[in-house]
Amino acid sequence: MAKRKDVAQAKKSKQALDRRTVTAIVGAAGRVHDRILEGQKPSMSFPLRTLSNVRYDKDRGYFEIGRSKKSRTMTVSTVRTFAQTLRMMSLSKELVETDDFATKRDAYYQSKNWADAAFAEQTESDTVMDDIEALFSVEGISREQLRFVPDEHGGAVAGRLVVFDPDYASGEVHRIDCTQFGSGAYSIPSLVEHLSFETDAKFVLAIETGGMFQRLQSHRFWEKANCILVSMAGVPTRATRRFIRKLSDECGLPVFAFVDCDPYGISNIYRTLKVGSGNAAHISRFFCVPNARYLGVTPQDIVDYKLPTHPLKEVDVKRAKDALKNDPFFKAFPVWAKAIEQLLKMGVRAEQQALAKWGLNYVLDEYLPRKLAQPQQFLP
Amino acid sequence: MSKSSPGPRAGSARSKSAPTTARRTRAAGRPEHEQASLFELAAAPASAAAPRPPAAAPAAPEAADAPARPAGRARAARRPVGAQEMAARQRDISVSEFFTKNRHLLGFDNPRKALLTTVKEAVDNALDACEEAGIVPEVEVAIEQLAEDRFVAKVRDNGPGIVREQIPKVFGKLLYGSKFHRYRQSRGQQGIGISAAGMYGLLTTGRPVVVVSKTGPRKAAHHYEIAIDTRANKPEILHDATIEDAAIPQGTEVAITLEGQFQRGRRSVDEYMELTALANPHGTFRYRSPGSEPVVWDRVTSELPPEAREIKPHPHGVELGTLLKILRDSDNRHLAEALVANFSRVSPQVAAEICAKAKVSPKASPRTLDTRAVELLYRAIPHVKILAPPTNCLVPIGAELIERALRQRIKADFFAACTRPPAVYRGNPFLVEVGLAYGGGLPADELVDVLRFANRVPLLYQAGACAVTKGVVGTNWRSYGLPQSRGAPPSGPAILFIHIASVWVPFTSESKEAVASYPEIVKEIRLALMDVGRRLGGFLRRRARAAAEEKKLGYITKYIPQIGIALQDILALKDAQRDVAVAKLKDILERSRTV
Repeated sequence: MAKRKDVAQAKKSKQALDRRTVTAIVGAAGRVHDRILEGQKPSMSFPLRTLSNVRYDKDRGYFEIGRSKKSRTMTVSTVRTFAQTLRMMSLSKELVETDDFATKRDAYYQSKNWADAAFAEQTESDTVMDDIEALFSVEGISREQLRFVPDEHGGAVAGRLVVFDPDYASGEVHRIDCTQFGSGAYSIPSLVEHLSFETDAKFVLAIETGGMFQRLQSHRFWEKANCILVSMAGVPTRATRRFIRKLSDECGLPVFAFVDCDPYGISNIYRTLKVGSGNAAHISRFFCVPNARYLGVTPQDIVDYKLPTHPLKEVDVKRAKDALKNDPFFKAFPVWAKAIEQLLKMGVRAEQQALAKWGLNYVLDEYLPRKLAQPQQFLP
Repeated sequence: MSKSSPGPRAGSARSKSAPTTARRTRAAGRPEHEQASLFELAAAPASAAAPRPPAAAPAAPEAADAPARPAGRARAARRPVGAQEMAARQRDISVSEFFTKNRHLLGFDNPRKALLTTVKEAVDNALDACEEAGIVPEVEVAIEQLAEDRFVAKVRDNGPGIVREQIPKVFGKLLYGSKFHRYRQSRGQQGIGISAAGMYGLLTTGRPVVVVSKTGPRKAAHHYEIAIDTRANKPEILHDATIEDAAIPQGTEVAITLEGQFQRGRRSVDEYMELTALANPHGTFRYRSPGSEPVVWDRVTSELPPEAREIKPHPHGVELGTLLKILRDSDNRHLAEALVANFSRVSPQVAAEICAKAKVSPKASPRTLDTRAVELLYRAIPHVKILAPPTNCLVPIGAELIERALRQRIKADFFAACTRPPAVYRGNPFLVEVGLAYGGGLPADELVDVLRFANRVPLLYQAGACAVTKGVVGTNWRSYGLPQSRGAPPSGPAILFIHIASVWVPFTSESKEAVASYPEIVKEIRLALMDVGRRLGGFLRRRARAAAEEKKLGYITKYIPQIGIALQDILALKDAQRDVAVAKLKDILERSRTV
């Protein structure tokens, strides 16, 4: 197989990355140990993970985490979390060394062996895991490299794409043709780093709802439009975002987002897909898709296509106002500010499936072709 | 009826300038006899129609027999009625007759409350009698059920007993007593209570009050059965006997048969007995009730509270009608002398100043002074600086005894009590005491239990209208560590014991259930609550700190070994190295803990 060499190459770079990960963990633990031997209270500092500590980097096209840090000095009251953080790091090192992985839930159950340091709830272990991830993100190491994987797996993929999934143990490479799933679809795995692609599609269409994806997939819209369909099912998971990003980077494909026209669809789903989130800005550089663009449904579409609407709820209005006021991304794009203000003024929201008012297949026969004819009109 | 003819307490709780004209207006158009207030001084002119009733009514019991009002007052109604015709309808109302129609005013509104009030009045009297005679009280209460809704309430004390001739009057005549005329701290104030209970019993069951009294071990006991002639407000003796070999060595036993309802729980006789025992730690109480074992509350101390001293009224608290009456009754030759002799804190200088301000001659004869002159005096008094009344007439339970009583009766973790120095409202000295019990077995999620007492008598009804509740709600408990919603008492595992002692407790009604909210009283309550609150806050903080310390110590021993394990795993340390790190870390944290 032609890909065998690539696999060996990939394996090598993966091993190098693993060594770097272990070195980082040992380094962090070593610093704690040194402080203790000096008779000082050890401390660790983590980048602060909030929207206020996020900067939108226009050149790079994603959220960059700021300089604010929270420092955790070991005191009587933090000793428990400190112990848990160190044990979690130790678990990570073990996972790298044995080439294994643990989901958040796995890690939570692993902690049950730590006697008094065991986590009482998974939310506790998740927080500690996020802290460790942030700690090492400064050194360019992602959570996946620490071998902690999300429980939820990614979205679904259909269309003109072949995925190569190598198995390092056997050296065998699985070839997955995403046109061959019939009425089903390819499910994005939790870890996508090792995948490679082959495609002649022109763009990737990232879709918010499973229902809309289902319609486009079963009518083989990808064939007609020559594209790859990805179902995000709400806010895209890390794996889905990374998958789309790799597709976009490695195959040079534009990414178009097709979501509901409401503050959630715009500021949570689309914004997270494109530039990342405040809570996870430390991983934006791996996980966002800076060249994604917003196909629809736009506030203007509601007018142009006379879509049935629902009134904005109180949380919607709050979310929209919050986006205008605090979100560095929307502040960077006046067209976005204008679009959100338009939506607020209309006081309504419309789901992507509202297009069904004009016929079930109106979306693939009329709406999408008309939109795709003028990609320059997509919102940034 | 209750509205247009204020009873004794309601009348005195009102402002001095109660508009008498308004009362008259309301009287118009209705038969006059319904309007007449028993407590008005028939002889007093209209402008003094709202005198302080206490002094007016009882001191001149013949007032009830006074001629009816001049009929000319009645205005034209729809059907013109001549003055003659109206006059024919107007007649006397006896006090007892008034009561039969207005029993709710005295706490007999329903069978359940009636039973409680009966016990309460009898116990009040028993305790007052014992204390006045210098006897450490031992009170027995027994409630026997005769039928579904018929009970006998028996209260026996070891007090001085009552001399034979007085027995019928004490129990068979309303507004007869020793406490009404005096400014002295006692449980009873009005001389209505026990005879009202007896009348209620008579009205509902037809059974007379049975009294056995013995004034000394070697004296014969007297047995009386007394009914009340409600028209004449006179006792009617049904049976009178002398018993040579009575079971009790000394004291009084009252038995009243009445229609009632016996319930347990809130506002029950049970609760009343328990609270009475709490507020009277020098008394022993035995209590038997239907369907349960007898209960005994032994005294916490055998020391009697010091005797309450009687004082004269203070000019700042006196009402026009009272002033008038005192002057008319005085046997002094000159007005100034009469003022000095009959009021507290009035020196000859003060008396002269009052007379000067009123432009009334100090040499005038007090008995013949006309109403106008008395009114001038009355108006002048507030403008004269007069020393606050003496406060040694008040007998607090005492912070120490309150705390001891709470400790003995309530399972809790923390106790505090405070007795405020005496203060004055409207010329009447009073003081506030507060006790607090926190934690232990008390329910944590409920509102704090507020136990109200006035002159050692528990107040079970009308908490919402009471100054005590106002004081509790108006205190910021959150700063003392108790959760509290706006406009509500605090919640938490606590009991508040609040006692107001005064020569004259300003109840909002004759049934003595709530204390009127004079600003001075509410303020003292709040100050007392703040005192115990601060101590509670200190206790809660200390406890929280101790718990945190303990938790921290636990943390150190629990989690540091885990850090050792993690470091050993990651850095491939030897066991010895690990132990060094753990020991060092323990040392670091323990040092920091004490800083």
